[in-house]
Amino acid sequence: MGGYEHTFWILFLPAISFVLLGLLGRKYFNKSAGLIGVFLLLLTTALSLYNAYQYFFVNGLVDGVYLKIDAFKFTWLTFSPGVSIDMGILLDPISVMMLVVVSSVSLMVHIFSLGYMKGEERFATYYSFLGLFTFAMLGLVVSSNLFQMYMFWELVGISSYLLIGFYFQRPSAVAASKKAFIVTRFADLGFLIGILMLAFYGGSLDFNTIIQHLSAHQSSEYLAATTASFLGVTALTWGLTLVFMGGAGKSAMFPLHVWLPDAMEGPTPVSALIHAATMVVAGVYLVARLFPLYALNGASLEIVLNVGLFTALFAAIIACTQTDIKRVLAYSTMSQIGFMMFALGVSGTQGEQGLGYTASMFHLFTHAFFKSLLFLGAGAVIHFVHSNEMKDMGGLRKWMPLTHVVFLVACLAIAGIPPFAGFFSKEEILLASYNKSLWVYTIALITSGLTAFYMFRLYFSIFWRKEYNGHSHPQEGSMSMKIPLIILAICSALVGFIPFGKFVSVDSQPQETHFHLMFSILPVILGVVGILIALLMYKKENDRPQSMAKAFGSFYRAAKNKFYMDELYLFVTKNIIFKWVGRPSAWFDRKVVDGSMNEIANLTLETSKAIKGMQSGKIQRYAMYFFGGIAFLIILFVYILK
Amino acid sequence: MIPVSHILFLSATLFFIGMYGFVTRKNLITMLMALELMLNSVNINFVAFNKYLYPGKLDGIFFTIFIIAVAAAEAAVAISIIINLYRMHKTIDVGAATELKH
Repeated sequence: MGGYEHTFWILFLPAISFVLLGLLGRKYFNKSAGLIGVFLLLLTTALSLYNAYQYFFVNGLVDGVYLKIDAFKFTWLTFSPGVSIDMGILLDPISVMMLVVVSSVSLMVHIFSLGYMKGEERFATYYSFLGLFTFAMLGLVVSSNLFQMYMFWELVGISSYLLIGFYFQRPSAVAASKKAFIVTRFADLGFLIGILMLAFYGGSLDFNTIIQHLSAHQSSEYLAATTASFLGVTALTWGLTLVFMGGAGKSAMFPLHVWLPDAMEGPTPVSALIHAATMVVAGVYLVARLFPLYALNGASLEIVLNVGLFTALFAAIIACTQTDIKRVLAYSTMSQIGFMMFALGVSGTQGEQGLGYTASMFHLFTHAFFKSLLFLGAGAVIHFVHSNEMKDMGGLRKWMPLTHVVFLVACLAIAGIPPFAGFFSKEEILLASYNKSLWVYTIALITSGLTAFYMFRLYFSIFWRKEYNGHSHPQEGSMSMKIPLIILAICSALVGFIPFGKFVSVDSQPQETHFHLMFSILPVILGVVGILIALLMYKKENDRPQSMAKAFGSFYRAAKNKFYMDELYLFVTKNIIFKWVGRPSAWFDRKVVDGSMNEIANLTLETSKAIKGMQSGKIQRYAMYFFGGIAFLIILFVYILK
Repeated sequence: MIPVSHILFLSATLFFIGMYGFVTRKNLITMLMALELMLNSVNINFVAFNKYLYPGKLDGIFFTIFIIAVAAAEAAVAISIIINLYRMHKTIDVGAATELKH
């Protein structure tokens, strides 16, 4: 299928930005690095939008079904005939949609960083890392096979690591970057094993082939994968669950979520790009990619549903108690990704049944805009207040009117107030979960009420509550910081009106999204109630928050301490893994592996010490040895060995 | 005819006298002379065995002549080394020549 050669450039323009700025940036482009990065990203975004236009409106739709197009494909590594790793670009509705999301959010962050990171010593390095991340993320979404995805997955991980640890002079940033890397690496171990299992039973690494092989009930591959079992669970379920483990690590699902709040140590625009809009939804994207398999395998889909649902509620509760504004946003991100996950979990495979799938992708799409807007807004606030703590803020609406308005838009969007974007996607998720089961719906409803509450708690704490009396004078940033905020605010307000079901659906057939007015009343009322409670507690300074906290008592304290998850992890790693695995292995390494080598070296040394006296330089002594040796040999051969 | 054991006894005695001289004398010239004694004891052995075991052949005698020639060359080299050592150390005591240690 021709006409999609330009997708190659979507991928490689950011890579060029990375290589150029990474190699030559600090020397030649330290001032202009930002502009170069923005220019290349602008081209990428334009190409992605053009690509989406062409795919969705010109020639992607054939006979009422969106095609899966291999825009580009070559064999990269051949092990033996028939077994090879390919590199390719796969275009289907979700990857085309993700290209638009990733490139446009990345562009906004590139522009915002012009002002935010101005005067930074490693300005060019920062932009080269952003380029690397964008390249890796775009590569991830267009991957045509599991292994290629895994490679880009790791690239995304490493660029996230580099950017979290960007301020490497701060010990906390270093610790956070290590934590993020190790936790996601641990999850990726599961992912890799899952890939190998799926590839083994599916007979291929290619997404389409695997899905074809493993979803046909009569195929030999399907039978093999469902007959083989381990611990009473079939190989297919194991494979899918392990792949989901990788996704859960990247998407900060419970219990692998601990790295995300700490990852907020990175520069705020980076948090907006990586830890809110794009990288953390990679897990959702992965499940969506393999969705036909998950949908056939009830057990693994159940896991996706429960993990997503639990994380959504869990993170929302924690978000209500945090005081660091970026951490509130981080937990809110976790909660929203939980929404996307369980929306996939409640989805079916066809037509109306597949509403959850569409809703999940829709929420991913809208969330990318309003969450990156929230982060950039928070970034603007932090930039001028020089603090992440809520108590240092308040009353900022008079100083930063534009930021105030866009932040309000984003909060309304995430709270699900019509007509902002979040309303539409969240309604679809709620509807899908209502169709599935009542208790899923109830928890989703509670969570969305909590979402409205904590978002407006954040909003009122930053912009109202009290008169600003800090030392610095907050003000609006430069144009480069304002423009992305405005664009994202417009997107957050309007993208909800896109009839998303027409473009993305589980069976690639466009469908009408029905809108149920009566159904929406309850969630909206809950949202409004959440906002009103926040208004009551946080608009003016009062003691209601404290008395509320007291009323909840130990539950509040537990939530404030993130339900002691970090402590639990520390306990497990320090007292169990380090003590029972790490130390013994270190002992074995030091004493047995190194020890034996050291002993051999020691032996040689001692021997040489013992016999080096023989080399005295005295010729007559040598002659004695010589004669002695001959005498010894004569005795040996003539008398003893005969 | 003298039995071969007599001759062997002579050569063995000569060899051990040379060996004793080689390891006990400190003077390099004397050591060289002791070395010549050892070589000559070997020569006697060769000639004797040639005469008693293979009377019709000349291999042993050839070897003897070879050894004499080689010994002469060796003596020339050894004496030149000794002269050089003397120039360096102002003595031909073997105890002074310990450079081989290094």
